[in-house]
Amino acid sequence: MKKKLTTVVFNGTKEQELKLLKVIEKYKDIKGSTMPILQEAQEIYGYLPIEVQRIVSDETGIPLEEIYGIVSFYSQFSLNPKGKYAISVCLGTACYVKGSGEILNKISEILGIPQGGSSADGKYSIEATRCIGACGLAPVLTVNDDVYGRLTKDDVAGILSKYTI
Amino acid sequence: MNVNLKINGVAYSVPKNATILDACKAASIHIPTLCYLKDINAIGACRLCLVEVKGARSMVASCVAPVNEGMEIFTNTPQVRRARKLNLELILSDHDKSCLSCVRNKSCELQKYCVEYGVTDENYFKGKTNEFSKDESTLSIVRDNNKCILCRRCVAACKVTQNVGVIGANDRGFDTHIGCAFEKDLSDSPCILCGQCIVVCPTGALSERDQTDEVLEAIADKSKHALVCTAPSVRATLGECFGNEPGTDVEGKMVAALRRIGFEGVFNMNLTADLTILEEAHELIERIQNGGKLPLITSCSPGWIKFCEHYYPEFVENLSSCKSPQQMFGAIAKTYYAQKMGWNPEDIIFVSVIPCTAKKFEVKRDGQSAAGVYDVDYAITTRELGKMIERSGISFNSLPDEDFDNPFQLGSGAGAIFGATGGVMEAALRTAAEAILNKPLEAVDFTEVRGVEGVKKATYRIGDLELKVAVASGTSNAAELLDLVKSGEEEFHFIEIMACPGGCVNGGGQPTQPSYVRNYVPLKELRAAVLYNADKNLGIRKSHENPQVIEIYEEFLGNPGSHKAHDILHTHYIKRGK
Repeated sequence: MKKKLTTVVFNGTKEQELKLLKVIEKYKDIKGSTMPILQEAQEIYGYLPIEVQRIVSDETGIPLEEIYGIVSFYSQFSLNPKGKYAISVCLGTACYVKGSGEILNKISEILGIPQGGSSADGKYSIEATRCIGACGLAPVLTVNDDVYGRLTKDDVAGILSKYTI
Repeated sequence: MNVNLKINGVAYSVPKNATILDACKAASIHIPTLCYLKDINAIGACRLCLVEVKGARSMVASCVAPVNEGMEIFTNTPQVRRARKLNLELILSDHDKSCLSCVRNKSCELQKYCVEYGVTDENYFKGKTNEFSKDESTLSIVRDNNKCILCRRCVAACKVTQNVGVIGANDRGFDTHIGCAFEKDLSDSPCILCGQCIVVCPTGALSERDQTDEVLEAIADKSKHALVCTAPSVRATLGECFGNEPGTDVEGKMVAALRRIGFEGVFNMNLTADLTILEEAHELIERIQNGGKLPLITSCSPGWIKFCEHYYPEFVENLSSCKSPQQMFGAIAKTYYAQKMGWNPEDIIFVSVIPCTAKKFEVKRDGQSAAGVYDVDYAITTRELGKMIERSGISFNSLPDEDFDNPFQLGSGAGAIFGATGGVMEAALRTAAEAILNKPLEAVDFTEVRGVEGVKKATYRIGDLELKVAVASGTSNAAELLDLVKSGEEEFHFIEIMACPGGCVNGGGQPTQPSYVRNYVPLKELRAAVLYNADKNLGIRKSHENPQVIEIYEEFLGNPGSHKAHDILHTHYIKRGK
């Protein structure tokens, strides 16, 4: 399955770019520094779109495909920006056995974006997370800092309706 | 330093730095491999080369395991055979098994080993399968990931051999697939279309865009004149499609086959290789004498041209403006020959048979239509010609030897060696030196530029001129050489670059050979030897002495570098991004 790539327009700033160039400069002579460069790049931008990966490629001389290969391999790297409303569904063991998979699918279905993706207007993003330590409330999801527990898939539409503006 | 070890109970002494695979090869034991490619891809991924080693915790992948003193290796135990078969069954569990219609049917390495290891149930493991859409975005290369076994040989060829790196492994686990950055089509990437990925692919995941049926249809259209020419190196490799050993010269049979397929004219591209040399030598002398852009870099290899345009655009002005021999032939056929025959250029279907996939792209470039229509209509690879001959019901090996048709029958020895790295350089030197000295050259062998090394350099004293030349084949070697020029570390007057390592004899359109041949048989040398033998045995060894080339200038073009020659035989390039 090919990864769903973001359709959100990139709006990185000159300031962010200068920061990234500084990071690359710092690792210039260190072998095997692609991973830390990408990690710091993600800290700067929040995600790693083609525009950011291209800067890393041009500055390090590493082919763009090799960088994309690394980014798409490790789940810590994100190709999609976090939405204004970042929805995380816990797929830890307790939540999973209580049906959080169904909840995740339902959100995907309502918003029309896949897990790991974000909506074109940048409003929503969905990701699956590991245990967030709220097993007593399983199954759990969070929208930014709001926590919702003991859910069924029928609760999803109601929750999403609070985040429309 | 050697170490002593036993393979299947027999004692051997092998070099200390050998792998178990090397040691077994030396002991005449064939170990199956699907991912291993000598020098570029030793990653132990396919798990087919597993062997047992006494005392080891588990089976070891022999392609990456070094030998040790006293090692006892077993390559043919029931456990080994079972493990290899199991791994084949696992590969098949997510493989498109439509072998009958596969481009690599009968030459597929996976298929061969499934037969050898007795895989009788191709669906032994049933489960989820991936479904990928084919990438048919380029004019040259088709990728079908449903046939891909993730051996990563193509990735190594692209990155290591060619320094291009536009393909790699994306995603992880079951989702892993070979593709371009951000899942773009190959045509949206800075791929140079050299086809080195195709010739190393063990399965049908990579192939050229097949135009055999289109060409056969075009030949059958009797309202058109179907003409064909064959590149210098095709005669040195086509025999491999019919079971001949690498290094078999099949020029005569190739001509006979093309005639029987139904072409109206079967011509020798060695002739336009000579024509290229006349134009290029003239360009070189002019640039040296008039302070033009140096070094002059050859332009015969369209993979190299695309590499230059994408990765070294600062050298675009250094490229010779000469079209490649393929394009010169099409241009001459649709101008000079059309005029001679009283034909409308639109009624000519011009086909070239070439060892190259990038030529399919070159055909459609701007500035390649001297008569107002494309110079060349179809460029087909050696492999496609092999298929066309089979499809036409021709028993290739029992054909008589025949000659090319006039008036494009003759090529000089210089034209013959175009298909090997250093050949264009040597051919050009033979003509340029004579033009500079203004007297016949006694020794025509420029042996310093011969051989398969990636980068070769030489300095020749020609009259007052100290001519510095360099030759590179394989674009990673080209990059190395160009970096030296760019930094000012070295200066040259003339550089020959071919995109494929070893030149056209090892081109991306040549017959595929399985890894056990590629790894251990000197393919480039054997194929190139055919060309150098032809050169040695030809009466005419200098391009400017080819009487049929002289005739074209006398009857039509005037002199090398003339206005007319420029209109018909020269072209331009562009700067592309990465």
